[in-house]
Amino acid sequence: MNDQTLTSAQRAERLQGMGCKRKRVEDIRFVQGKGSYVDDVKLPGMLYGDFNRSPHAHARIKKIDTTKAKAVPGVLAVLTAADLKPLSLHYMPTLAGDVAAVLAEDKVLYQNQEVAFVIATDRYVAADAADLVEVEYEGLPVIVDPFKAMAADAPLLREDIKDKKDGAHGQRKHYNHIFNWQIGDKDATDAAFRKADVTIKELISYQRVHPCPLETCQCVASFDKIKGELTVWGTFQAPHVIRTVASLISKIPEHKIHVISPDIGGGFGNKVGAYPGYICAIVASIVTGRPVKWVEDRIENLSTTAFARDYHMNTEIAATKDGKVTGLRVYTIADHGAFDACADPSKWPAGFFNIVTGSYDFPVAHVSVDGVYSNKAPGGVAYRCSFRVTEAAYCIERAMDIMAQKLGMDPAEFRMKNLIRREQFPYTSALGWEYDSGDYHVALQKAMDAVGYAKLRIEQKAKREAFRRGETRELMGIGVAFFTEIVGAGPSRNCDILGIAMFDSAEIRIHPTGSVIARLGTKSQGQGHETTYAQIIATELGLVADNITVEEGNTDTAPYGLGTYGSRSTPVSGAATAVAARKIKAKAQMIAAHLLEVHDDDLEWDVDRFRVKGNPERFKTMTELAWAAYNKVPPGMEPGLEAVSYYDPPNMTYPFGAYICVVDVDVDTGVTKVRRFYALDDCGTRINPMIIEGQIHGGLTEAFGIAMGQEIHYDDDGNVTTASFMDYFMPTAVETPKWETDWTTTPSPHHPIGAKGVGESPNVGGVPCFANAVNDAFKFLGSTHIAMPHDHWRTWAVAESLGLHQ
Amino acid sequence: MTVNGEAVEALAEPRTLLIHFLREQLNLTGPHIGCDTSHCGACTVDLDGKSVKSCTIFAVQANGADVRTIEGMAAADGTLHALQEGFREMHGLQCGFCTPGMIMRAYRLLQEISSPTEDEIRQGIAGNLCRCTGYQNIVKAIQYAAAKMNGVPFQEAAE
Repeated sequence: MNDQTLTSAQRAERLQGMGCKRKRVEDIRFVQGKGSYVDDVKLPGMLYGDFNRSPHAHARIKKIDTTKAKAVPGVLAVLTAADLKPLSLHYMPTLAGDVAAVLAEDKVLYQNQEVAFVIATDRYVAADAADLVEVEYEGLPVIVDPFKAMAADAPLLREDIKDKKDGAHGQRKHYNHIFNWQIGDKDATDAAFRKADVTIKELISYQRVHPCPLETCQCVASFDKIKGELTVWGTFQAPHVIRTVASLISKIPEHKIHVISPDIGGGFGNKVGAYPGYICAIVASIVTGRPVKWVEDRIENLSTTAFARDYHMNTEIAATKDGKVTGLRVYTIADHGAFDACADPSKWPAGFFNIVTGSYDFPVAHVSVDGVYSNKAPGGVAYRCSFRVTEAAYCIERAMDIMAQKLGMDPAEFRMKNLIRREQFPYTSALGWEYDSGDYHVALQKAMDAVGYAKLRIEQKAKREAFRRGETRELMGIGVAFFTEIVGAGPSRNCDILGIAMFDSAEIRIHPTGSVIARLGTKSQGQGHETTYAQIIATELGLVADNITVEEGNTDTAPYGLGTYGSRSTPVSGAATAVAARKIKAKAQMIAAHLLEVHDDDLEWDVDRFRVKGNPERFKTMTELAWAAYNKVPPGMEPGLEAVSYYDPPNMTYPFGAYICVVDVDVDTGVTKVRRFYALDDCGTRINPMIIEGQIHGGLTEAFGIAMGQEIHYDDDGNVTTASFMDYFMPTAVETPKWETDWTTTPSPHHPIGAKGVGESPNVGGVPCFANAVNDAFKFLGSTHIAMPHDHWRTWAVAESLGLHQ
Repeated sequence: MTVNGEAVEALAEPRTLLIHFLREQLNLTGPHIGCDTSHCGACTVDLDGKSVKSCTIFAVQANGADVRTIEGMAAADGTLHALQEGFREMHGLQCGFCTPGMIMRAYRLLQEISSPTEDEIRQGIAGNLCRCTGYQNIVKAIQYAAAKMNGVPFQEAAE
């Protein structure tokens, strides 16, 4: 068959465009072990760096002696703060407007903080020598409880900024205070609480966790002294930003810095920021004139680079006695660790935490967040969520359940009563966001029908009675969560990183034969961009996806972009891709009109071609037009067929979903079995259903890990006790539940293809769903809120505290 | 030792781990390092008929052994092994970092049990962590490969 005989539908199918379950392009290399990750980079003369780290959480450095380390054969140099200080590189700026130590100068502020960087010919030698760096410490009192950070007699942590009254986000109240951020109408909210029939108040804490991608953070820096050029291969979710930051810090002109993110072994927020290892490797390469590789080990990863959460949210809801919410107050203490290295858009010190009104029609709300320093690792990244959105979703979803419990209402019924209604969209929330589109009641009802919600509640009632009669030792819990995410940062009017607006970009070039190269400002870490962006182009331009190469991660070739995190790739670069494709299509239409000797307006688009209206036998395919673009363009038109788009989104996108989980808790062992987990997601237009489902499986599994076991825990002396896979819960195939996925489709009205983003939704909705299920199991015994993580020991302890073991 | 069917002779320091020997001396960068503590399985290779975490044995311990890595899975003409095909068909991978170890573990599992149940698969790959997929599609990928290797049609289990 040729083009003449294929129907439009057959030609559309051949494109492998949007909406089809296209197999991933990336997999061909990955299944053969031919991915190219940072640690695979091997350069002639390459050296290896390794850190000496602090065993103390808070201590003064009395003396550093590198003599023994330097004497090890194969060691070329040992860097300390004293070496970096003359270059003003002993501190680096953070994305949050603070500074973070690269190598500790006078004191250390958290366990495993970087103190010295050893450079050697071999990674084993570097590790040996790092252990031989001798550091004399004098211990200092430690803060691990964020609620004690601002006590009058709290130890001073940040001597480097102790006299600084103003932080990056206004006045500091205390020497360990970072910022206070408030939003909403306090007076109106207070008034709503005074008038309320019913109120609830609960301290809802979201424990410190870590994104923990399977590949740790790493880089190879190579400085060419002759050209004065620096090349850095790294695990960077945002390579362009890293290039700009590297230029600002190092004073090397930006055009002489080449940043390359090769294949990345998962990110989940861990690989957004800049870490001391990157700076030290760059400096070491400049000093030695040789390439330097730095590869974090797992303990270093879990204990130093980029924790998430550690949010402690005093939450109150006001409601009428018949179950309408009338107000929300959330006062949060945020533990940012030793430096404020939170990876948020610069104007948002608490990220988009003001999405905390969730999916509900709160008339008024007020939120206040205080960030404080502690003797823990810096960070505050978004672990598979948009900035602080999973904290907000956990907060409101737990609080809604607590209120339903107090009202004696079913949690699903209570949500139904308060969900934003379809006709209210676009909906402006009490805390200032404009939700673009949604059909919440339909989604929740679909979820309830799918699991047989009413029947489950009947079964639960019977089980509770059986438990009271002593016939079973299992409690059944049903968790309901309805979440609204806010992703796709973001509009330049309110989103920037260090002054760079959070647009993103796509550049598409059509070659004469009709094959394509597209380059984007984002960077996949497993999301399958090489597959999905090609699907967008295939549909937009009528060119077969298999003939489209998608490239990301090389700052020399890709247009400037802000990178991949916060589910922003599809909302922002996906939009840029569609816009760039449409520019190309407009030019192709002019070329087609010229070749067919008709007016532009006499042509119509048909899957992969322009045809003459009313005369479909006369057409030019995009492949023919690609060839013509290089030799038969209309007079006065430039040859070539390419376009670039820098897309500044008009709004965020607001994916949402309804999740229901059923658990059975053994009160004697604390073992919680997940019987069923149903996830309905609405991410707007669906580009590749196979990849969407895979993203949801993965996000739910990470949510399961967080809710049921993960915690970066510190003892009273500030020792991190969960810094390996022995102690930090990583779900295996055995514990991980089976997932049921479903969807509704409510396109975003402002996005060129209506897509909203999906990768992080399952984490945002999954965590509160698990937590609500465990809480639901115990609530008939008078329990209102059980803190995460719901591991066996803690769950057993809850049963013990409720007197269930007597 | 023999690696992917070819005899290899090289000097290794006594403390060199097998994973570093494979990656840095033999340039076989398919096996990855994810944890250094034997938990994650990204470094899994097949050694004398057993799945071995190559970050946990010394290269010298593999002296004389028959080692197979992900690079040795596809046929000489480039045809993918049933497992490699299954992982792609069933979307059993995302970032690809765990995949070489996961496939090598699944390879040995299918030598041990030719038609494993879902439970046997989940138990069988419990020493290999994946952060992206939630394992569900990895299970399907292994079932796909088992069916293909047994010459029976693959039936996707009803969800």
